[in-house]
Amino acid sequence: MVAAAAIAPPAPAIGAASAPVIEIEDVTRVYHLGDVDVHALRGVSLRVERGESIAIMGASGSGKSTLMNLIGCLDRPTSGTYRLAGKDVSRLSASELARVRGERIGFVFQNFNLLARTSAVENVELPLLYAGVGGHERRTRAIAALEQVGLGSRLDHTPNQLSGGQQQRVAIARALVSQPEIVLADEPTGNLDSRTSVEVMAMMQALVAKGITVVLVTHEPDIAQYAARVLTLKDGKVVSDTRHEPVRAVLEPEVAS
Amino acid sequence: MSPWATIKVAIKALLRNKLRSLLTVLGIVIGVAAVIAMVAIGQGARNRVKGVFEAMGTNLLVVSPASQNTGGVRGGGGTASTLTFSDIDFIRNEASAVRWVAPQLQTKVQAAGDDQNWNTQVTGTTPEYFQIRSWAATSGQLFDDAADAGGAKVAVVGNTIVQQLYGGANPVGQTVRLGNVPFTIVGVLAVKGQSPMGQDYDDVIIIPSRTFRAKLQGGLGNFLRGSIYVSAVSADATALAESQVTEVLRAHHKLKDDEEDDFRVRNLAEFAEAQSQSTDTITTLLAAIAAVSLLVGGIGVMNIMLVSVVERTREIGIRMAVGARPIDLMVQFLAEALVLAALGGLIGLGVGALAASTLATKFGWAVVFPSDVAALAVLVSGGIGVTFGLYPAVKASRLDPITALRFEA
Ligand SMILES: Nc1ncnc2c1ncn2[C@@H]1O[C@H](COP(=O)(O)OP(=O)(O)OP(=O)(O)O)[C@@H](O)[C@H]1O
Ligand SMILES: [Mg+2]
Repeated sequence: MVAAAAIAPPAPAIGAASAPVIEIEDVTRVYHLGDVDVHALRGVSLRVERGESIAIMGASGSGKSTLMNLIGCLDRPTSGTYRLAGKDVSRLSASELARVRGERIGFVFQNFNLLARTSAVENVELPLLYAGVGGHERRTRAIAALEQVGLGSRLDHTPNQLSGGQQQRVAIARALVSQPEIVLADEPTGNLDSRTSVEVMAMMQALVAKGITVVLVTHEPDIAQYAARVLTLKDGKVVSDTRHEPVRAVLEPEVAS
Repeated sequence: MSPWATIKVAIKALLRNKLRSLLTVLGIVIGVAAVIAMVAIGQGARNRVKGVFEAMGTNLLVVSPASQNTGGVRGGGGTASTLTFSDIDFIRNEASAVRWVAPQLQTKVQAAGDDQNWNTQVTGTTPEYFQIRSWAATSGQLFDDAADAGGAKVAVVGNTIVQQLYGGANPVGQTVRLGNVPFTIVGVLAVKGQSPMGQDYDDVIIIPSRTFRAKLQGGLGNFLRGSIYVSAVSADATALAESQVTEVLRAHHKLKDDEEDDFRVRNLAEFAEAQSQSTDTITTLLAAIAAVSLLVGGIGVMNIMLVSVVERTREIGIRMAVGARPIDLMVQFLAEALVLAALGGLIGLGVGALAASTLATKFGWAVVFPSDVAALAVLVSGGIGVTFGLYPAVKASRLDPITALRFEA
């Protein structure tokens, strides 16, 4: 295991074009629970280049979700800075963060988080709705995204008419429909069987192949090996950061790439 | 998001809970319906009152003799005549706000046609009387000043007389005997229906006042045993006409400053106005009570919106995660409240109009659908939706996305 500092990334280049997509410097996140302070992150630094795939591992309570929420602009650090594609987003307002999320980030959750009683295509349209994309284009792009994850024939199905794997594919379609720079997946395979997990990971790899940066949280080493880089957290600190040749997710479904 | 897209999202959300949306809207429906029905009925009642008084005469003042005060012994109202036929000329010549003046002499007689007879009221007057009361002839004609001056034995009859004495046949040219005096019928009056007190306006026979005095009152004395009908030049001038008539009569009756009037002037226009105003007051009161139920409806909307925000916390989190800004969520929940309330307003409009027309047929009076009040009611209910939806909407927009995403319904 290599220490995080040992593979310190190169110094940041001037200008956004060549800037790392994620650039986190000494970030902490403290939750105040009454009189108790919970230090969920205790000084994390991380750089992720465009098109990288990175798996975050660690014991329960080590701060993985907290870090993901920060990367996803759902939350702001207590201290430290976070530059997303060269832009400091660590002190933005709720409204500005929402815009950044809509423009640059796609989320995939463990429990899918689809709108109930809402068709697959409408679920996928949702990010475009808030991005102000017109009705017709919205529909076209949502259908294209669903076709990309192999659900072209399930457009009007609601989540309770879909299997877990299919629901997660709808969620992936929703994450990629707005053509984000980063897709964040917090335990995307946590609720799926191993076969479906491979399917989902194959789709994630397809995203990486298209130059999208994928960050995923997982407990399972099997899943982590599909990523080119594995970051391990412990008690709110990075304890290891390794790169390797990712395993290709076989059992590949029809993902257009 | 465009306003239309926002409204569409709101409608979709409301349709997911159809029954609940409908029940929520009920309070507003009832409120708006009640306001509209109340105002419709009230305005109908007002118009009815106005119509009734208009039917009695245009800008009408009625002058009648009052109790005469002779050496401390006071008779009752109208016990003796203090009015004279000269008073009519005085009023006509000296009261500038007066347009028409005519005597009204009345007595009950047995009227006989060829083979029928009928007890009715005969009115003796001058042609101006027809103007004052806006009465026109449907067949034949009204008598003129020459007929009055010459004491012609001519009569104009109402429809009830036509029915009772002539079985509905046109009686113009026929002879009707009043008491024992034969009169030639020269005209038939247009049908007018009933007075507010249920008196039949068509059960009348009108003859020239001079003839009335000579043949039915038995003399051509100057005292006027009846009343004087006065029409002011305009509705606004009735009060002025009233004071002018009072002044003229006091002067000619040579009343001293400390003496009471020996006549009475009743301003029917003013009376009608007072009546309308009291109907208006009741209408306003009822509408205010109805408006309270509108308010209660608004609170119902707020309640359901609050429940809805909690129930849909996860949905809010998802929307935030995919890029919805706090303002987007606020607008979305506001739009839902607005759509709910406006829908309630529109349904209430229909229900109110229906209730008003049902009541109209029941009471037999024309209900006036108040389009201005209707528009206002729908606007107000929309406003109530926004007002009462604001707090829940702000609550939704202030949710923390992470907490919202983790929320377990
Ligand atoms: N909203 C919160 N309020 C208070 N404490 C929190 C909150 N969220 C997380 N924590 C605390 O921060 C620490 C890190 O939590 P986090 O959810 O990041 O862990 P995790 O690595 O994702 O764990 P798991 O694998 O169980 O999901 C934990 O001690 C947790 O109790
Ligand atoms: Mg977690």
